Amino acid sequence: MSWASATEFFAMGGYAFYVWGSFLATAICVTAEVLFLRGRRAQALRRVHAEKLRHEATA
Amino acid sequence: MSNGVLHWFRYASPQSFYPLAGRLLPWFALLAALSGAAGLWIAFFVAPTDAQQGESYRIIFVHVPVSWMSMFLYLVMAGWAGLGLAFNTRLSAMMAHAIAPTGAMFAFLSLWTGALWGRPTWGAYWVWDARLTSELVLFFLYLGYMALHAAIDEPRRGDRAAAVLALVGAINVPIIYFSVQWWNTLHQGASVSLTRAPSMAATMLAGMLIMAFAFWMYSIAAALARVRAIMLEREAHMQWTQELQETAS
Repeated sequence: MSWASATEFFAMGGYAFYVWGSFLATAICVTAEVLFLRGRRAQALRRVHAEKLRHEATA
Repeated sequence: MSNGVLHWFRYASPQSFYPLAGRLLPWFALLAALSGAAGLWIAFFVAPTDAQQGESYRIIFVHVPVSWMSMFLYLVMAGWAGLGLAFNTRLSAMMAHAIAPTGAMFAFLSLWTGALWGRPTWGAYWVWDARLTSELVLFFLYLGYMALHAAIDEPRRGDRAAAVLALVGAINVPIIYFSVQWWNTLHQGASVSLTRAPSMAATMLAGMLIMAFAFWMYSIAAALARVRAIMLEREAHMQWTQELQETAS
């Protein structure tokens, strides 16, 4: 392992802003997409349920 | 032979693909998580410091994989869109549509991480260079595809219009890929090539390839999750969606 301490690890040899800025942005995007997908599925399921109720009411 | 063809077309209907996608999804998500963890471990704890760029080079472990995915996903999206145009199958257009947002996300991340890597190495976040500009065009193509599809009320008509845009835009992908050879550019050449020996340390290459695999598996999981939602949205009025267990309450 090339890091003497946690401080050194987070400092990234002076490039902390660039390195963590890249990895954090990626992590945020991926997390946000997963949350959006969950929300979209929940909404789609509600829509199908609403259609079903409407169908049953008219049948 | 005829059995194989029949088997393939069986999954071309949303009704039969929906449960299959649901069964496959957790496995791709698991593979993405495991390989992502392994890739990050190599990226930060195994790969040595670069002699020229110091620690800033570690951006490569996310920049190169997301850039590959942004181009690869575009081709897959255009492929599904083309199949949809040719055979008029519902599933193809849905698949193309399910891939677009993930592809756009990777194109954005490619530009973002590239900017953050460009600043310490070239002294500029952005330059109007062939590679950077063509990647920006790719990002706009994804956004244009989604905007065009959203702008047309009738989904099946929107599918066809967006498919034409996706196919025409596919010409941009080889332009991005070969831009570093065709034009004088600030951007470095290909990191990995099939025709010559790797120009980087074996651990760096391994880390990059494992990260690329992780994003690949993630993209499949995300596309499967999204296509399932699209199927429910578009076919909410159909009997098969209303008979699903998960829509009961």
